[in-house]
Amino acid sequence: MGQTLAEKLIARAAGKDSVKPGETVTAQVDLAMMHDSSGPRRFEPILERLGAKVWDPDKIVLVSDHWVPAVDAQSAQILDQTRRWAFANDVKAFYDMVGICHVVLPQGGHLKPGMFVVGGDSHSTTGGAFGCYMFGVGSTDMAGVLVTGETWIRVPESIRIEWKGKLGPGVCAKDINLALCKALGLGGAEYRTVEYTGELIDDLTMEERMTLSNMAAELGAQAGLIAPDQTTASYIRDAGGDPGEIDPWQSDADAEYFASHTFDGSALEPLVAAPHSPANTAPASSYEGIKIDQAYIGACTGAKLADLRMAAEVLEGRQVASRSRLLVAPASRQDMMAAQDDGTLSKLMAAGAVMMPTGCGACAGFGGGVLHENEVCISSTSRNFQGRMGAQSSKVYLGSPYSVAAAAVAGEIRDPREFLNGS
Amino acid sequence: MSGEGGAAWVFGENIDTDQLAPGGTLKGSIEEIAKHCLVRVNPSFASEVKPGDFVVGGRNFGIGSSREQAAQALHHHGVAAVIAPSFGGIFYRNALNFGLLVVECPDAGRIGEGDRLTLDPVKGEVKNLTNGESYACQPVPAHLLEIVEAGGLVPYLEAIRS
Repeated sequence: MGQTLAEKLIARAAGKDSVKPGETVTAQVDLAMMHDSSGPRRFEPILERLGAKVWDPDKIVLVSDHWVPAVDAQSAQILDQTRRWAFANDVKAFYDMVGICHVVLPQGGHLKPGMFVVGGDSHSTTGGAFGCYMFGVGSTDMAGVLVTGETWIRVPESIRIEWKGKLGPGVCAKDINLALCKALGLGGAEYRTVEYTGELIDDLTMEERMTLSNMAAELGAQAGLIAPDQTTASYIRDAGGDPGEIDPWQSDADAEYFASHTFDGSALEPLVAAPHSPANTAPASSYEGIKIDQAYIGACTGAKLADLRMAAEVLEGRQVASRSRLLVAPASRQDMMAAQDDGTLSKLMAAGAVMMPTGCGACAGFGGGVLHENEVCISSTSRNFQGRMGAQSSKVYLGSPYSVAAAAVAGEIRDPREFLNGS
Repeated sequence: MSGEGGAAWVFGENIDTDQLAPGGTLKGSIEEIAKHCLVRVNPSFASEVKPGDFVVGGRNFGIGSSREQAAQALHHHGVAAVIAPSFGGIFYRNALNFGLLVVECPDAGRIGEGDRLTLDPVKGEVKNLTNGESYACQPVPAHLLEIVEAGGLVPYLEAIRS
């Protein structure tokens, strides 16, 4: 019987010819990614207690993105400890305040199809877009990896998610995510692995594929895989990395899945998730009239170059509504510079956007841009759990960068297609 | 009410990591974070939970972030185990790494607030001393129970490295 991509990736890391769902194996870790919040400040005391050194500093990517820039003595301490640990342990791939880990990692050319990667963050599923088995772990698990270079994994069943058709104007990967959260339910994958496939996925850019794999976390999947192809290889080459082989990292035609779902992207319209769950999703048009105080374009999910361009498409020649505000925190310095070069930043700022530092920002209630009691926000981020972006009574709607920009202009939630040229 | 077993604190579905360890508190110590644990859903939990009590959840308990303070805060309060039909995968790993038992129990919904419970993680059984029922749960796999019995992953690694 054939194997799924997940089974092939885990088998390789476990040094086996094949693995079966349900089996627990020990896997060698090719790369460990961590950030300031889950990183040294959490595991340095553990390493000290164990009297252990890191197994291989060249297999570590450390990114300060959560508490940046420091806003008080506590966050400054966290960032200082992160830097000191990176220097003391000779971690060369240390990215300090230049972007969000899930975006910086591929932009730095660190990912290669076939790798087994752990990340100290739940949205580590993003790496699955590159045909890597990448998943999130907590800091103690990470300490175990840093000491031993390996970790245990129970081989998950796979869920095949096929997308047919083509996305219409004003519809993007974020809308696919929200549709999937509704169809499968929050956590509906129950820690299985999802594999995205089909002609629509083949057509997506790497940035859009990253957005898709990113929110596998909201589906409750351990990993969100997309088999690598020429789009993957050319992205990695452009990032200065080595794409390696692509052919071994495809699911077999006779592989066995826990479930298979097929969706038609041509029928998809812009979606919005209402408070307080990404699965609480309905067409953007059905929320028309809901007034917003803040529109937020940010996070690994929603502020890459492609996302900034989507927002600019809506905002060009328009102004943010007088009683609303628009905050933009680009996902990385590289994205910010590219957006400067192609005029995207000018369009955002001319419309009245407030530019924020690159980093995780308000997405998880860190950094600037958090909400007061009863404020309403529409956000291109991934989670709208109660109180996550600030005050307990604040309300967060999730939407694509198109939908967030449209709401910023209208002062209320609208179908973004009303604001796109030619529609 | 009998003093045997531990009291159940019952929560609903999709208890996320922002409810267990709110983002705004994460800069602080675990003592500080633990004061905010679950208070958004039950204001008396953090002040009144006692060592040996049980947390009972609906499906997807601990979904969301990888922040292990979500599990550590419950461990800090001395919670004996979390019992729920299903867990966020990262939370499940994090809990065991702190030596906090987490058991998948399809019948967790039958447990009432304050019911007195006992758990046998090897056999895979929750006993409800208040109503006399018992519920089957997934036994904790042997290699994970070793970690829990050592007191968590760090003491476990300490032991095997010495």
